[in-house]
Amino acid sequence: MLHTINQSPFRCNSLKTSIRFILPDDPVLFLEDGVYSVQDNNTFKQTIETLLKTNPVYAISHDINARGIKNTIKDVQLIDYEGFVDLVEKHQVNTWF
Amino acid sequence: MKIGILLKEGPYNHQAADSAYQFAKAALKKGHEVESVFLYNDGVINVSNKAEPPQDDRNLFERWSKLGEQGVEILACIAASKRRGISDDVLVNHSSITGLGTLTDIAIRVDKLVTFGD
Amino acid sequence: MTEDEDGEIVKKIMHVMRRAPHGTIYTYEGLEMVLIMSAYDQDISISFIDDGVYALLKDQDTAGLEIKGFAKTFKALDGYDVEKLYVDKVSLEERGLKPEDLIVDVEVLDSAAIGKLMKEQDVVIHQ
Repeated sequence: MLHTINQSPFRCNSLKTSIRFILPDDPVLFLEDGVYSVQDNNTFKQTIETLLKTNPVYAISHDINARGIKNTIKDVQLIDYEGFVDLVEKHQVNTWF
Repeated sequence: MKIGILLKEGPYNHQAADSAYQFAKAALKKGHEVESVFLYNDGVINVSNKAEPPQDDRNLFERWSKLGEQGVEILACIAASKRRGISDDVLVNHSSITGLGTLTDIAIRVDKLVTFGD
Repeated sequence: MTEDEDGEIVKKIMHVMRRAPHGTIYTYEGLEMVLIMSAYDQDISISFIDDGVYALLKDQDTAGLEIKGFAKTFKALDGYDVEKLYVDKVSLEERGLKPEDLIVDVEVLDSAAIGKLMKEQDVVIHQ
């Protein structure tokens, strides 16, 4: 199951909550304001690194670029909307907001 | 793959409508069938023909209309529309108003239902 | 996804309520969606997570707000054959609530159990 998160972790508990429900190996995709979750050196870095040990983590590159995010946490994979479509093809979707 | 999109936010206030559109565009480009975009909650405002966004900004209403022209069903929920002043006479071309039963049929029929919201 | 005795497709559809009931319309319109979908013989469930559990609190009185209360509609769901109501244990405890504070009988599950149920679904809709 693909989990998507579109809220800034500084404003909303979507990341904190969804992590309790996400099973190992399930891909996690950050989009919209959700991409602030994977900006390097933020306070959620440890959360994301822990998640990365068991789950692939993606972020929409267009959302990253639009927000001036230069460095993302290592091993977070940047994808475009076609990459998003590919993930949806492989998984059912659980859209957290 | 047959895709249905559920859009739960109105235009401009939130990025959801933009993301839904970009996702639909990418899916079509990859040869998938985007069967329908179902508009719920404030999402129904996406098909108002009364809006005139500034010329130098994207026109979300036109985007949905064009997608409708390409064969994607653009559907606004009737109950949500009635609450928000959306009716048949204010709809952009290639969109229509329908019930939640249609969303259920879509959910049953498509391979993937993808939600965009806030 | 399964088929019923008539060969019709039955999908597992989970609705997720994560918001408090009256500050926004999402829970109310979400409930309207659940009620319509319940007429289509699908395998419907609802999970209440985070502020979503507040939607189920007893003694909600919205008369003073002049807005329609709908907590009682959750109580009527079993009449629509929507019987799978799951409440996230952590969300309930965080809010100092107990199952008996809720207007309807629910299954209180830990997050991992709800996560597993989510993964079994054909469709998950967050309201």
